[in-house]
Amino acid sequence: MSSSRLLAVVTPYTVPAGLMDALQVTLLVLAAAAATAVVLSRNPVRQVIVLSGYGVLLAVLFLAFQAPDVTLSELTVGSVVLPALLLLTLAKIRRREK
Amino acid sequence: MTPGQRRWVFLAGMAGLAAFYLWGLAGLPGFGHYPGPYGDIINRVAVAQTKATGVVSAVNFEYRGFDTVGEEFILFVAAAGMSVVLRQLRGERERDPGAQREDWQIPPASDAVRLVALIFTGPIVLLGWFLVSHAQTSPAGGFQGGLVLATSLVMIYLAGEYLLFRRVSPVAVTDAVEAVGAGGFAAIGVTAVALGLPYLKNFLPLGSAPGAVSSSGTIALISFFVGLEVAAAFALIVGELVEQTLLVQQGDR
Repeated sequence: MSSSRLLAVVTPYTVPAGLMDALQVTLLVLAAAAATAVVLSRNPVRQVIVLSGYGVLLAVLFLAFQAPDVTLSELTVGSVVLPALLLLTLAKIRRREK
Repeated sequence: MTPGQRRWVFLAGMAGLAAFYLWGLAGLPGFGHYPGPYGDIINRVAVAQTKATGVVSAVNFEYRGFDTVGEEFILFVAAAGMSVVLRQLRGERERDPGAQREDWQIPPASDAVRLVALIFTGPIVLLGWFLVSHAQTSPAGGFQGGLVLATSLVMIYLAGEYLLFRRVSPVAVTDAVEAVGAGGFAAIGVTAVALGLPYLKNFLPLGSAPGAVSSSGTIALISFFVGLEVAAAFALIVGELVEQTLLVQQGDR
């Protein structure tokens, strides 16, 4: 705990701790709101689009929590690949219903 | 059981869950206060030991490389399972990709979508290879890079070019690339054993300068194979679903 404090490096780009906390809290609240929006979307196609936006938000959240590697994965999986798979599935179902 | 009784059972369960949950929360270390020893140790020794400045990659492909082999094979098996489940079944037939039918016309992609997809395909391929090849120097890595590479294939599909999608990633080729990626990772581990070292031990020269692309020995090599595996696995999964949606028909309607 104390050793990690000693290792903290201050650069010209270091954001003041209070500002970083505010950013992290804002993003957590936004993520909770967006997740609720995904659940409350009733139309599946719209739900996929909202889910995709939620993926982008999660990626920014991971970035604010200093996990840029997870950001890159979440950006592609959460906002592109997963919505694409779901939309393809919806298209298939819709076709069968016709 | 009456609905009233059922509600009581539910409420009792929820109360128990809430109690354990709050108990657990109360015992958590404070936000941002990491209590374990390993993170601090790794932070101190990783760059000197592995000559990789991407310490996350050093952890993934070196310190806990054995876990990562397992994770990679999870993806490998998932993609293989998908191919098996979505194989051509009896009573199904695939339509000719070129033929359009009256009852099911694939709506062409709008010009806006096509333009955006076409503009981004090239840069996305470039970014993907950059990420795959720079695991040792940055927060990049084979997994992220492979996913970005697979996204470029989704872009080609979004541009309305299903046939091109298949031409760029024929099933036989993606299958082979996936196998090479998964096998390559495992083979690096076995090579270390053949040299008399522990499994997945870094047996290549580490290079002198931390942060150089040529540094870090097997970390860079493993990242490359993981990139191949992930890109091919996701190309396979997306391709299977595209085919299911566009080509497979049930019976002979």
